[in-house]
Amino acid sequence: MTTDFEPMPGDAKHEPSAESTADVLAVLYERVLRVDPSDPASEQRDRFYLSKGHGPHAYYRELSRRGFIDPAVLETFGAFASPLGHHPDRVRLAGVEISSGSLGHGLPLAVGAALALRARDNRHSRVIVLVGDAELDEGSNQEAIALAGRLGLGRLTAVVIDNASSTHGWPGGIASRFALEGWTTATIDGRDRTAIEGAFADDLRDVPHVIVARVEAMS
Amino acid sequence: MTSMRDRFTAVTTAALDADERVAVVLADIGADRFAAAAARHPRRVVNVGIREQLLVSVAGGMALEGMRPVVHTYAPFLVERAFEQIKLDLVHQGAGGAVLVSVGASYDDADAGRTHHAPGDVALLGTLPGVTIQVPGHADEAEMLLRRALGATGTHYVRLSEELNTVAHDGALTIVRPGAEASPLVIVVGPGLDDALEATRNLAVRVAYVTTVRPFPRAELAATGTDDVVLIEPFLAGTSSAEISAALAARPHRLLALGIAEPELRRYGTAAEHRRAHGLDAAGIRRAILAHQESKRAM
Repeated sequence: MTTDFEPMPGDAKHEPSAESTADVLAVLYERVLRVDPSDPASEQRDRFYLSKGHGPHAYYRELSRRGFIDPAVLETFGAFASPLGHHPDRVRLAGVEISSGSLGHGLPLAVGAALALRARDNRHSRVIVLVGDAELDEGSNQEAIALAGRLGLGRLTAVVIDNASSTHGWPGGIASRFALEGWTTATIDGRDRTAIEGAFADDLRDVPHVIVARVEAMS
Repeated sequence: MTSMRDRFTAVTTAALDADERVAVVLADIGADRFAAAAARHPRRVVNVGIREQLLVSVAGGMALEGMRPVVHTYAPFLVERAFEQIKLDLVHQGAGGAVLVSVGASYDDADAGRTHHAPGDVALLGTLPGVTIQVPGHADEAEMLLRRALGATGTHYVRLSEELNTVAHDGALTIVRPGAEASPLVIVVGPGLDDALEATRNLAVRVAYVTTVRPFPRAELAATGTDDVVLIEPFLAGTSSAEISAALAARPHRLLALGIAEPELRRYGTAAEHRRAHGLDAAGIRRAILAHQESKRAM
């Protein structure tokens, strides 16, 4: 895995969080997401919602590689006038679809976005939302998981970065919680980029899809 | 008289028919009212079940996608239970926001008790920048303010009530009973105008009416020349006191703020009994104004 966080000043608390998402984000921005920095609001784009807004280093790095952020700006991370906060702000940065930080907002927002795309018959764009396994503790996610399954939001994909950080855990596994609500599921090694890419294959579905990406537990 | 809620249903249903950007998001409450609209627009009338956090967040996601969602349920469940969703998913995202339409107000369902009463909703929403807050007192006002909110961007809160005034006004700060410029100005917000007019009969005061409390019409208030205000609001007493102070900051002024002073009343009964208990019936308002005038003379 890559850990080139050097351009951004350290944030000890959140660095493990940032690293846990590194491979999934790299695969998303290199191989999956149809996004274009020259047309960041295109109707036909895929929407990527980083719900787990903690540790955004890896996210900013991928946005920079993809051309949304000038690499020189990465060095301003966290500064007063910087567009790069410790939690992303969509108003400050093209390519950032949602402002996040408080947990349990991204998946419910993604349900609304998927409903909007369905309402105007956009079957091209996907809504992909990244959450953490501890973030699923927030009850708002359970509301979203149930409704997305019941309404058959086939253009919605959730990816859960599972580093076993949920305090009370998920007996039976995370995927089973989604499967019960009618989602298709894939549980993969969150460091295996081939497996990650395969799990994001854009199969036409009439139900939402969850990818549980297991990574090493936080120490 | 037509209820505000019936008018809301009609106006919103017509908006669904006319504008493909409009959506209605419900959490069971009110779903029966939109059954016909849902049959015509199954993808733009969404009932999320009894999930109020999701109710607001779904609207947030729709707003990110350029839609104009209308969100409707009881005031405490819409504003208090899902407050962080309003703060972050509607306001902080900086997208188009939503039209939030509540029912229940402070004590409309008096016998339902505290769980269904939201006297603090406007004060709470007042902490969020850029939220327009409308408190209609008549079905015609509700219709006008809803149409305005649907055609605007940003988050608008329209607080419907079962308490109705006899006459509708245009929403802006309006002098409904003129008098000498030196006389105290009674400002009535939304429902309660009839009681206030009765309470102030034969008193040397002017009476003004307003439905828009955020942004508060500060310049219009200052232009009345008043330095002596009696504010009557159908929610927590003093909710707009800071707005009055800001509007009149350049001149020494008095302010008596009436409203609900005891949100934990722990009584059931009827709305009229609650209004009386809070001193917001005509007799209570008159008593408060006379006592205030007496205290001024004593100073």
